[in-house]
Amino acid sequence: MRTKLKSMILAGAAAAALLPGAASAEVEIEYWQYFFDARVDAMEQLITSFEEANPDITVTMTHFPYADYRTKVAAAIPAGEGPDVVQLFYGWLNDYIDAGLIQPLPTDTFDPAVIDAEFFPMVGAMKKDGQYYALPTAVRSLALFYNERILEEAGVEPPTTLDELVEVALATTERDGAGNITQVGITSGMTAQDHHWFREVLIRQFGGEPYLDDYQTVNYDTEAGRAALDFYTALETEHGVTLSTFMDEPQAAFKAGRAAMHIDGSFRVGSLADQRGLRWGVTELPAAADGTQSNYSSYWVNAITSKAEGEKFDASVKFMQFITSDEAMQLWLDVVGELPAKPSVGMTDENSNDEVFGPFIRGLAYAHTTTFANESSQRQVLVDMVSRINIGDQDAGESLTEAAAAEQVILDEYYAD
Amino acid sequence: MFRYRDLTIRQKQIVWAWIFLAIPVLFYTVIRFYPTGNAILISFQEWNLLGSRTWTGLDNYTKLVNDPVFWKVFANTFLYLLIGTPVSLLISFVIAYHLDKLRFGHSFIRMLYFLPFMTSAVAMAWVWRWFYQGVPIGLFNNFLAGMGIAQIEFLNSTTNALPAVLAPAIWAGLGFQIIIFMAGLRSIPQSYYEAARIDGVSWWTVLWEITLPLLRPTIVFIVVFSSIGFLRIFDHVFNMTTNNPGGPLNSTKPLVLMIYDTAFNSFDMGYAAAQTVVLFTILLLVSLLQLWLLRADR
Repeated sequence: MRTKLKSMILAGAAAAALLPGAASAEVEIEYWQYFFDARVDAMEQLITSFEEANPDITVTMTHFPYADYRTKVAAAIPAGEGPDVVQLFYGWLNDYIDAGLIQPLPTDTFDPAVIDAEFFPMVGAMKKDGQYYALPTAVRSLALFYNERILEEAGVEPPTTLDELVEVALATTERDGAGNITQVGITSGMTAQDHHWFREVLIRQFGGEPYLDDYQTVNYDTEAGRAALDFYTALETEHGVTLSTFMDEPQAAFKAGRAAMHIDGSFRVGSLADQRGLRWGVTELPAAADGTQSNYSSYWVNAITSKAEGEKFDASVKFMQFITSDEAMQLWLDVVGELPAKPSVGMTDENSNDEVFGPFIRGLAYAHTTTFANESSQRQVLVDMVSRINIGDQDAGESLTEAAAAEQVILDEYYAD
Repeated sequence: MFRYRDLTIRQKQIVWAWIFLAIPVLFYTVIRFYPTGNAILISFQEWNLLGSRTWTGLDNYTKLVNDPVFWKVFANTFLYLLIGTPVSLLISFVIAYHLDKLRFGHSFIRMLYFLPFMTSAVAMAWVWRWFYQGVPIGLFNNFLAGMGIAQIEFLNSTTNALPAVLAPAIWAGLGFQIIIFMAGLRSIPQSYYEAARIDGVSWWTVLWEITLPLLRPTIVFIVVFSSIGFLRIFDHVFNMTTNNPGGPLNSTKPLVLMIYDTAFNSFDMGYAAAQTVVLFTILLLVSLLQLWLLRADR
């Protein structure tokens, strides 16, 4: 009774907000995402065109600051107070499926075989027991940002291999009279995107496989893992082309024009685009000596919660179809700058040759998606691994072994039940 | 049948007392006691906020005792307390003692000391965080480099990080402690000082035999108040180390940050609740100690 009353009030409020469409608004569904200007803007445009095509459905969007989002969603959905369609980080999905809080997408409209064929392969992680539970509108990948002015002044080209990366970094690092770094060749910091670069890119490029058994077994305490770690730590200790603490945050150093190169995700494009006086370019992550390329991709998905029943469920399915359509993906790329989740949209000549998005989109073709049990704890393991070497003077091999063991404990605990 | 007018005056007073008391009692039950009880309950359960709660007995506490990070964090928490409380007490007393004797610009200077206390801890922590950075953006290191001295790693060091984080926290609390100390100093009757002056005793004897003993209730209050504050330190640490919360290598992580991390990053509510119960117990013991000290004073 109470929820009925509440939904009536909500429907009333929604109807009042959308006066012209109010008369025909029959089903009202609620959509939640976290607040990020461009995302909210893009979703508003999508909702408007969806409602035009489906005059009997009203979609109300609610958004929260990112910091509260996960907690709010986790508290609201079990209480039955939350959204019908919700945006979740791919890494959270298992918990939601296990708790029975989201419903599988009906196979007649979301045919798994068609999705397998049409979407980028990493979306397969959203499939359980032959059914898809969630789908992304957009995906993200990593690329190498470079400062055009600094590279031009040093007379070097953006690197395409790891060896060239070191050379370019050496040519662009600057120090003051006392030897303090005042401009880094490349930013670094496991606290930022480097832990993805290390996990899914460097380890693979040095011939390893970071995890086994569907990301349940840590597999980087190997020769390849050691080689990747040595390459990474040598940037700071041997070549002296970076400093993990430089200017507090890697992206800050790059934005301030104090870093020649910076590895980051496609989501950084928006904030760099507004930076006055910074001329920057993007290129694919450097390949290994043998030409091996790899990338890390992550994404936010949309899913239908168990709260949606009957006609609300049908409306939610229609809405899901709409926001995972080709047009929606193109709009998301144009407005938010996030990459389309389907090759048919992403790999168009125009998109994959785009100066800015091209390197990210091309990276998707060989990207891997880590299945995290707990992303922040697993990141912390790698942060501590490097800290132990750099400020704790621990042997790199010992630190790597310790990190692998610590991460395995996190995975074991998570997959225990 | 119960009729109000049949009650005696005393009984009526009791009825009214309870009517007025009902509001805070209700408030405390809903806002304090119920969540506290619930937290204790959750500490014996496993819960990820999404699924159902399952009983695990003492598992969370066993895990806590065997967790090396917990003991590191436990030690850090007491380091904050054992360094923070005496240092802040000493500095605030010295400032209050001299400020009390100052006539010129007294209110203005007092206001200056109080200002940091009113500033947002988050803003302050970020400013100090940037002060501590290396060349080219850190204020302190730029100064050192300008003098030709080697840079100091303030935050990226397992030994320097905790004092570096603690410094702004102490500074932020000074204003409040100075005000309390000054109130305590003002409440000491002038006649004692006059008697001492007539007897011609030294400055040191006046301080040691009159001022400090008579300040005892003030000192006890400040010690307990700041102890609880340092035991619960969170915002300074969290904001100065957001990229690597409580780092490097857990060297600055206090108990509250570990609780936050366990609850809202790992979503391990049972384990977080167990840590909360431990913190609650520590704070309870400190408060009981306060009551005991105050009573011994009488």
